[in-house]
Amino acid sequence: MRNVDMSVTLAGMTMKNPVVVASGTFGFGREYGALYPIDELGGICVKGLTFQRREGNPPPRIAETPMGILNSVGLQNPGVDGFIADELPELKKHDLRIIANISGNTPEEYGIMCEKLSAAGVDMIEVNISCPNVKAGGLQYGVVPEMAAEVTEQAKRHSTVPVMVKLSPNVTDITEIARAVEGAGADAVSLINTLRGMRIDVKTRRPVLHQNTGGLSGPAVLPVAVRMVWEVSNAVRIPVLGMGGIAKGEDAAQMMLAGATAVAVGTACFADPFAPLRVRDGLAAIAAEQGLERVSQLTGQVQPW
Amino acid sequence: MPVQKECPILSVERLNADAISIWLECGELAKAAAVGQFVNIKCGEALLLRRPISICRVEDTRLNVVFEVRGEGTAWLAARSAGETLDVLGPLGHGFTYPEGKVLVVGGGIGVPPMLNTALRAPAGAIACLGFRSAERAMLVEEFQRACEQVYLASDDGTLGVHGFVADIVDAALTEHPEVAAVLACGPRIMLKTTYDVCRRHGVACQVSMEERMGCGIGACLVCACKSADGAYRHVCKDGPVFAAEEVCWDA
Ligand SMILES: Cc1cc2nc3c(=O)[nH]c(=O)nc-3n(C[C@H](O)[C@H](O)[C@H](O)COP(=O)(O)OP(=O)(O)OC[C@H]3O[C@@H](n4cnc5c(N)ncnc54)[C@H](O)[C@@H]3O)c2cc1C
Ligand SMILES: Cc1cc2nc3c(=O)[nH]c(=O)nc-3n(C[C@H](O)[C@H](O)[C@H](O)COP(=O)(O)O)c2cc1C
Ligand code: FES
Repeated sequence: MRNVDMSVTLAGMTMKNPVVVASGTFGFGREYGALYPIDELGGICVKGLTFQRREGNPPPRIAETPMGILNSVGLQNPGVDGFIADELPELKKHDLRIIANISGNTPEEYGIMCEKLSAAGVDMIEVNISCPNVKAGGLQYGVVPEMAAEVTEQAKRHSTVPVMVKLSPNVTDITEIARAVEGAGADAVSLINTLRGMRIDVKTRRPVLHQNTGGLSGPAVLPVAVRMVWEVSNAVRIPVLGMGGIAKGEDAAQMMLAGATAVAVGTACFADPFAPLRVRDGLAAIAAEQGLERVSQLTGQVQPW
Repeated sequence: MPVQKECPILSVERLNADAISIWLECGELAKAAAVGQFVNIKCGEALLLRRPISICRVEDTRLNVVFEVRGEGTAWLAARSAGETLDVLGPLGHGFTYPEGKVLVVGGGIGVPPMLNTALRAPAGAIACLGFRSAERAMLVEEFQRACEQVYLASDDGTLGVHGFVADIVDAALTEHPEVAAVLACGPRIMLKTTYDVCRRHGVACQVSMEERMGCGIGACLVCACKSADGAYRHVCKDGPVFAAEEVCWDA
């Protein structure tokens, strides 16, 4: 098998391979880093950061579902300053791209976080818009094109690194939101975040999650994610980081054929901590089998009927 | 440092109507295991999440887990046989810390097995308080009797030992053994709380092993939150499963 060039460039950011780990599933890399060098990864989307430290939701925060999980962690994190002081210096010792995932209560909070993170030297900022806008009565930024655009503008104005907006799948037309954030200057989009779901314990008649509902992820969501990546890549010119249910090389290849420039692996790590590396190797094998020189030659090459 | 390993199953044995004991060849993973730690076991291809199971015993490179069938994952585990392998991630978590002096190990129901390793390795000796639903549901009692200076027993129906709660025998044990330096406990939350209450009355330090639903099992996903007395969430898989009893928010 010939050697495939695995490097890709996402919104000007070059990565040695297209596999990054998804926000919230890999912490800040310390724990999985005890199992293997995280330098093997293309990049890491760190746990979602907020302006101030957050404790998150009461447990249970997880429910297992057919080939998936529901989670309601509630953005527990040390806050953007805590991250910059305690986690970033450690992460920077490694050879991988650092993508800071942020969630704000107001567009201003997004702006301040972008300023701090740009100055601290992350490689990219991933703006999570699947969180409630406190000013707009808790309505999620990600479901209203104008609100998504406003947050994107703020983030862009205060960032010196590329800004990628993470889209929520819990909308009627995801391309509408994708176009809105592209129009507001986003350098890339990532998708999908988790799908809203619920599981009920029939014996106790209680939802398994303390928050009643939560976000679905894992292999169960892969087809939805592939479809959305395909739709979004056809609707915008900016590159796409594809995620949702990727557990093996073939899943990643599907995602890239659908239009993704790079991919993220999340929930699969819980079953198999080495999943991101297996995805990378599986993807390389597929590209080699198909006689490609560069893995990036897969991007957008689906042949629709 | 945890490792992920395909571990050959050496034996599968039923200890009573509910409990199953599996011995695994775990190599260095077993040697690295500290008391009160657990392993996270993959239960077939159909289930995404691994199942956390405490380490019951370690003999050289062999590791023993004992579990009850509660749902799909543990049912799958119970159906394994010697010669197959299990995908094991471990050893995980922060375990028990031995004090200077004798320990009282306390276990209730399926919380009994993890205390065996803790009793066996106690540097200054151990006493045990074990609680079961009935004599029929008891397990590992002889092993504890061999490992400990004295074993107090209680059962819900009085068919074994004292007819009553674990906290009752903990009270008796602490009264008769004022030399006990710390109580180390694993079992249902209510048993842990009542045990802690007894410890406070006797002025003895208490450590408890907590349970919570897990995602990654290694501290990365922040799913396994357990509220601590200061209001912050700690994580059972990394900060725990063992916590100082006074650190836990018992009202949560
Ligand atoms: C640190 C720790 C150590 C444990 N040690 C032991 C042990 O030595 N022996 C033993 O029999 N059991 C132990 N348990 C409980 C054991 O993990 C659960 O009984 C088991 O996960 C149930 O899985 P299931 O698929 O059979 O049940 P299901 O109810 O079908 O499981 C559904 C989901 O909920 C989770 N879950 C259900 N009950 C629990 C629980 N009590 N704690 C955590 N997660 C749960 C499962 O892992 C799974 O993700 C321990 C739990 C923890 C947290
Ligand atoms: C436990 C957990 C925590 C998550 N936390 C975040 C987060 O903080 N910010 C975010 O943008 N996405 C978060 N996500 C969503 C993932 O990054 C990802 O978009 C989603 O899980 C789909 O990918 P997967 O199926 O590979 O996990 C979280 C997902 C899980 C399972
Ligand atoms: S289970 Fe993931 S942090 Fe504990």
